[in-house]
Amino acid sequence: MYKIVYKKALNDSVIRMDIEAPFVARSARAGQFIILRVDDEGERIPLTVAGYDRERGTVTIIFQVVGATTKKLSALSEGDCISDFAGPLGMPTELEGLFDVCIVGGGVGCAIALPIARALHEAGARVTSVIGFRNRELVILEDEFREVSDELYVMTDDGSYGSHGNVCAPLNLMFADGRRFDKVITIGPLIMMKFVTEAVRPTGIPCVVSMNPIMIDGTGMCGGCRLTLNVDGRRVMKFACVDGPDFNGYEVDFDEAMSRGAMYRGFERHAFDSACNLMKKEGTDNG
Amino acid sequence: MADVMRRTPMPLATDEARKSSFSEVALGYTPELAAEEASRCIGCKNMPCVSGCPVNIKIPDFIAKIKDGDYEAAYKIISESSSFPAVCGRVCPQERQCESKCVRGIKGEAVAIGRLERFAADYHNANTEVAEPKKNKSDVRIAVVGSGPAGLSCAGELARLGFDVTVFEALHTPGGVLVYGIPEFRLPKSIVRREVKNLRALGVEIMTNMIIGKTLTVDELFEMGYSAVFIGTGAGLPSFMNIPGEGLKGVYSANEFLTRSNLMKAYREDADTPIMKGGRVAVVGGGNVAMDAARTALRLGAKEVYIVYRRSLDELPARREEVEHAMEEGIEFRLLTSPVEILGYEDREDRDTFGFVRAIRCVKMELGEPDERGRRRPVEIEGSEHEFDVDTVIMAIGTTPNPLIKSTTDGLDVNSRGGIVVTEGGKTSRELVYAGGDAVTGAATVISAMGAGKEAARAIAEELKKI
Repeated sequence: MYKIVYKKALNDSVIRMDIEAPFVARSARAGQFIILRVDDEGERIPLTVAGYDRERGTVTIIFQVVGATTKKLSALSEGDCISDFAGPLGMPTELEGLFDVCIVGGGVGCAIALPIARALHEAGARVTSVIGFRNRELVILEDEFREVSDELYVMTDDGSYGSHGNVCAPLNLMFADGRRFDKVITIGPLIMMKFVTEAVRPTGIPCVVSMNPIMIDGTGMCGGCRLTLNVDGRRVMKFACVDGPDFNGYEVDFDEAMSRGAMYRGFERHAFDSACNLMKKEGTDNG
Repeated sequence: MADVMRRTPMPLATDEARKSSFSEVALGYTPELAAEEASRCIGCKNMPCVSGCPVNIKIPDFIAKIKDGDYEAAYKIISESSSFPAVCGRVCPQERQCESKCVRGIKGEAVAIGRLERFAADYHNANTEVAEPKKNKSDVRIAVVGSGPAGLSCAGELARLGFDVTVFEALHTPGGVLVYGIPEFRLPKSIVRREVKNLRALGVEIMTNMIIGKTLTVDELFEMGYSAVFIGTGAGLPSFMNIPGEGLKGVYSANEFLTRSNLMKAYREDADTPIMKGGRVAVVGGGNVAMDAARTALRLGAKEVYIVYRRSLDELPARREEVEHAMEEGIEFRLLTSPVEILGYEDREDRDTFGFVRAIRCVKMELGEPDERGRRRPVEIEGSEHEFDVDTVIMAIGTTPNPLIKSTTDGLDVNSRGGIVVTEGGKTSRELVYAGGDAVTGAATVISAMGAGKEAARAIAEELKKI
């Protein structure tokens, strides 16, 4: 069992938890992920490592409540335990030899982008961060990003906070000004990463995207997380869990990845609704 | 009087039960049926059957005990050689091992050795309690990586030899392929749980959620004080055909499909893990895994299930009994057929269907010259392209060894297929690191993995004596 030692809501639907998992904490690095199960009947879900404290033996996860499992997880409190917490999985983000990097995070993806920005900052690199959200209520981790960024752009789709527009707007302005980076690293919804990749492409700056597909074991066994790369005109199959989660954005077949991500959409909506109903019921019973 | 040329049939679950439930299909012999079958063994002096068994179980001896009605003695004889008789009695391809050498088989049907093995094991399990877990006192600790057939048998043998053993399992439940791969209707999970409990009673500690190569490396295990490491990580990486359409929704590796159903209980209505149910399912491949996937799909409610295999019935690598059961259950075999493309719905406007599988395009094959392994090579028949409608495609065309340990362990040699290179006793190129099972051989059988695990345990004990 793995104890929740800290819990904090970052906004209405995004929650941070620190989980006691000393073996994972001692090996985890930015860009890797873990797989958890809330209880004995639960499904296995992958979540990217949002931070770790090797001394305390804790790993930070930040998740958005979107399905039955994240709903169940969000209902737990500090001191409660979850059944399983395995990792770290996947390859860490490559940060060596980078001096001037642009980090582009979208929504809850900012939680994963933050440890990368922090690691780069601590290594002495110049960090330019662009973080985007749908609206003011959903903005998370702004202070944390400010701490580790030399330059920070906060964007909202509706203009209710920061600057109006999506994350590509400041990128396009910088590029038009002739600004270049050693690398652009982007983490967020697939559609956002696709547009960021297209915005970066004309500059030729290497563009890394972080894929988070459906998977079960996270060790290369199920193949559910496979995605297609277009490499020199050939289509190459890769497993996000062992080959990734980071990939060269120019090569990723985003359309296929988006389609695959929606495989269980109907099931998830149903499961989410019944989880909500279950909690409503439990709530009534308790009170 | 029964016909001595023919084997005693195994009672089976009813057709109705088999269509919709995951309960075991082959129900096992009663003592009467076991006695009848045991009496068919003529107790050959030279015991050809024993040479056909990968772990050389003293077959005529245990069958003689069944004849005498001393079932516990029969079980004892089997367990001298085999770690998990209740498992092997169910999943071994006996017709290619012990039973293929049986003298009875020359003129009639071989003695049903596997069924008798299962009978003795089930009798023992039904009539004995598993002891409580105990703590091993040895100060020599050994790490076993993977809790599948190889790892469990290695751990059991090491514990019996007096070592303090820790098993590291990457998933949340021990058992490896026995729990994620082989379905309930062929191997009930209660049997695996019992074997795991037996190990704990021997003092073996099992740590789940430990991915060696990620959570800890092999070198870190030595730093933590383990004197030797056994790697039994299996052949878990699924292969795909590399044909167009494998990225469509509704295309699974057999590993994913079976794991969703077996390990994650996706067959239950209240499960949190989803799976595609119903419809028309094509399973590509002809091994045990293909049969398991096809029969699982059927039980999940598929209307039609096809096995698509590029050779003919004679070459099907699956256990004969599984093929028979699949046929009885109504699975349609499309033999000498090989997929060339998986087709999907292409109307982007229709969000409910876009990107899902619509059909599979195949070519017909004919058998040509035998290849280096003696199997006749399938050759495409020109102009035979055709397609049929399916909404799920399951690729069951094999697996390769998992590279997680290889990529994080310096000096561990692997061959071109990714298998760890070992010499006698499972010794690898790294000192005090041993390996066995599918991680070495590539996908093979449960019994050969168990044999390798046990052999490595003895080799480890020998090696540690020298130090």
